[in-house]
Amino acid sequence: MSPRHTTPQQDLFRGIWRENPVLIQMLGLCPALAVTNTVANSLVMGIATFFVLVGSSLLVSIVKKLVPNEVRISTYILIIATFVTVADMTLEAIVPDIHKALGAFIALIVVNCMILSRQEAFASKNTIGRSLLDAFGTGFGFIIAMLMMGVVREVLGAGTIFNVKVIPGNFEPWVIFILPPGGFLTLGFWLLLLNWFQERRAERAKVREWPEGVAEGRAA
Amino acid sequence: MTAPRQLEMRTDVPAWRLLVTLGVAGAIAGFVLVFVYQVTLPRIEYNKAVRLAAAVEEVLKAPHRYDTLYVFDDGLTARLPAGTDPKALEAVYVGYAEDGVRIGFAITRAEAGFADLINVIFGYDHATGNVLGMKVLESKETPGLGDKIEKDADFVASFNGVVAPIQGVKAGEGSGDPHEVDLITGATISSRTLVRIINNALERLEPMLDSYLATATASAAVEAAR
Repeated sequence: MSPRHTTPQQDLFRGIWRENPVLIQMLGLCPALAVTNTVANSLVMGIATFFVLVGSSLLVSIVKKLVPNEVRISTYILIIATFVTVADMTLEAIVPDIHKALGAFIALIVVNCMILSRQEAFASKNTIGRSLLDAFGTGFGFIIAMLMMGVVREVLGAGTIFNVKVIPGNFEPWVIFILPPGGFLTLGFWLLLLNWFQERRAERAKVREWPEGVAEGRAA
Repeated sequence: MTAPRQLEMRTDVPAWRLLVTLGVAGAIAGFVLVFVYQVTLPRIEYNKAVRLAAAVEEVLKAPHRYDTLYVFDDGLTARLPAGTDPKALEAVYVGYAEDGVRIGFAITRAEAGFADLINVIFGYDHATGNVLGMKVLESKETPGLGDKIEKDADFVASFNGVVAPIQGVKAGEGSGDPHEVDLITGATISSRTLVRIINNALERLEPMLDSYLATATASAAVEAAR
């Protein structure tokens, strides 16, 4: 398995959309389902994860030559866990209310497979600069996915965004959307929509490349 | 590119290097964490104190000032013997109006709810047996259902002036008894737990409040006689 050759731009942008960790790679689903019941929770969780990912990628890529292969996973986990604990304490000091709402899920960033997979697949094999680009892109993609979940769930489940009423009139909130099943429903609908778009785009590309071929295939 | 290099390396990595790597990484992580812990701790404790003070003010309906009493040796005392750590003790807060009249006590208690502990603070006027107000300090009840015990303003307000011991009744089935509080539809377990927490706290603390008030009145009388 030889590593793919990518440009720095690709390193940065691929994680944001085309290889979005949550929506495409299906990594880090636990926080994406569990804490996205409000926009504020989603955003803070996204930022905390972003911080841990960027910090860990930077450090892992700095020490990659010093760490023997045999203890690399233990070392990566140690690095990630340290960043998570720092984020945990900082959030408790700065935004105690949101820290309370996120509860145990902050500590669980340690086992977010998206973060470890970026260390294993990228930061431990690439230069510091490109690891940072990759972490920025992936972390930003994670924040976007969290917000996509959080906005839908809070608007439908509570009629608000950041606790500000956005649906006028006597809207009776669909409570199910801020309950756990709502997380699965929202993720399911987003994936359905995105896959549908992707399939349609792929088909159009095919038509552009082989207009006659596709037409013949259809006819037959 | 990378895979073969790592395979070659595997043969000549001495054990001490593995130990040193993990040891150094662990030591650095330890230093970082201790540093961040010490930097954030004052702020975290300050946040907690602010939240508690605001809650005491709220459930005692804005007292002029309040004192902290500790549950010590089956009684309430404001002054602890030297060497006792106040943080390890349960605390009750007693609030006074501007003219020095005692408004009531703010009492905290935590018990298991539907999900994890529900930590409640409530104000209590011992003379009349009225609950003055209630606030949930901490809970992990289901968002959208059980968390109504803190977010449903009507439910929270229904504790203002209810007479202890409280009786939870289904919404709309009350008989107008001053002991009754309407439970929340969809949060029956959580709201019933809340009622139980307050009743249990009072059952346990009532004798202590009695004896504290007896001594406080006696010493006030001595003061007045002087």
